[in-house]
Amino acid sequence: MSVATPHSLDEALSALAGQPDAHVLAGGTDFMVEVNYGHRRPTAVIALSKVSGLRLWKVEGTHLVLGAGVTYTDMINPEIAVPFPALAAAARTVGSPQIRNAGTIGGNVGTGSPAGDTLPVLAALDASIELCDTAGVVRLVPWTEFFIGVKRTDRRPNEIITAVHLPLFESKQDYLKVGTRNAMVISVAGLALVVDFDGRNVRCGLGSVGPVPLRARQAEAWVANHIDWEQRTVPDPRTYETFGAMVADASKPIDDHRSTAEYRRHAVGVMAQRALMRMI
Amino acid sequence: MASTFQAESVSYSLRVNGVERDVEEAWLGESLLHVLRERLDLPGAKNACEQGECGSCSVLVDGSLVCSCLVLAASATDSDIVTVEGLEADAHTGLSDIQQAFVSEGAVQCGFCIPGLIMSVHDLLDRIPTPSDIEVREAISGNLCRCTGYGRIMEAVRSAVSARANTGPEATS
Repeated sequence: MSVATPHSLDEALSALAGQPDAHVLAGGTDFMVEVNYGHRRPTAVIALSKVSGLRLWKVEGTHLVLGAGVTYTDMINPEIAVPFPALAAAARTVGSPQIRNAGTIGGNVGTGSPAGDTLPVLAALDASIELCDTAGVVRLVPWTEFFIGVKRTDRRPNEIITAVHLPLFESKQDYLKVGTRNAMVISVAGLALVVDFDGRNVRCGLGSVGPVPLRARQAEAWVANHIDWEQRTVPDPRTYETFGAMVADASKPIDDHRSTAEYRRHAVGVMAQRALMRMI
Repeated sequence: MASTFQAESVSYSLRVNGVERDVEEAWLGESLLHVLRERLDLPGAKNACEQGECGSCSVLVDGSLVCSCLVLAASATDSDIVTVEGLEADAHTGLSDIQQAFVSEGAVQCGFCIPGLIMSVHDLLDRIPTPSDIEVREAISGNLCRCTGYGRIMEAVRSAVSARANTGPEATS
């Protein structure tokens, strides 16, 4: 077994070039559980925790670019939470302070769990994932192409996830989640709602109700036609309930040890209705 | 400088409570918790769930509160690690002010979760000297205690907060 602790992205990419089968390790909150329980016996690890350059965020033109090493604790920082309240709300629901200090956006995206809490937010924001390969070639992949199955992503073995790009616009946003308690809970169902006043559209991302994060596109298009965009109101109060039902129809949940499919479908419908009522 | 370890068992060193400690012939997949307890004779961090759920193994790595069971020890080679054994303690009692508050308020029953809770409360009060009850509850939300029901623990934190306020720089200046 080998463990590399690079201090820069260049060093990390060199390490990956030398060890193409290495596991690229972010916060360790998923990986170490598997190692501790003997479910995974790693042969090579490249730990990114010392790559301080990945822990930064900055506005680039019309986007906020979050380095892959930005932690859930960082996402609660006003510099990120003010433009992206749904992302901050999602980060706040992850684990405990200990987990939020360790877990990163790059790790959440790279693991690609259907229950990853930032994933529905990235879907609703139409985020893109930035990767860099061992030859230094940078690739920006829309979320729709990045998540391809349960814990399967479009990341190639010679690539490291370097950033997540989030478009900046005037909006209202929220993230709602169902679980058995407030802390330390893996999502039974999660929902991110973005009401985009610039683009006059509504975008709804769903988590834990499909193999990849989903968008409720029919419900989004329908509800956008039932909003008075000048007044920023919903003239017909029946709109909320119908929107909830349409979002529930867009989910593709399964029965598993955390919930039944039926309950998950119900939960996303209630959350959609509730999130829209809170916002508009 | 970047470093790469190879081979099944290697030796490396960790800086724990301000001291460079040698970790000899260790498997590289070991968690920091395992290395602290089994190799460095620092059993303060407790091993219960090994999946970050219970918080009994909480330590500070470079000033950040984390579950040591979720840290790959070999990736923490040039980090400052602080365990419950490394907290600043009263010369007479050997306890930190927060440990003393837990004892005085009867917040310790079986005691297993207490080192983790102590680390979480130290981290909280270093960031937020006068937290609200909600902030305290959030700060200890990743520390499971199955004995106390948390009532005495909340009382101990309140007591530690007021003790610090009475002896802090504001009170003495």
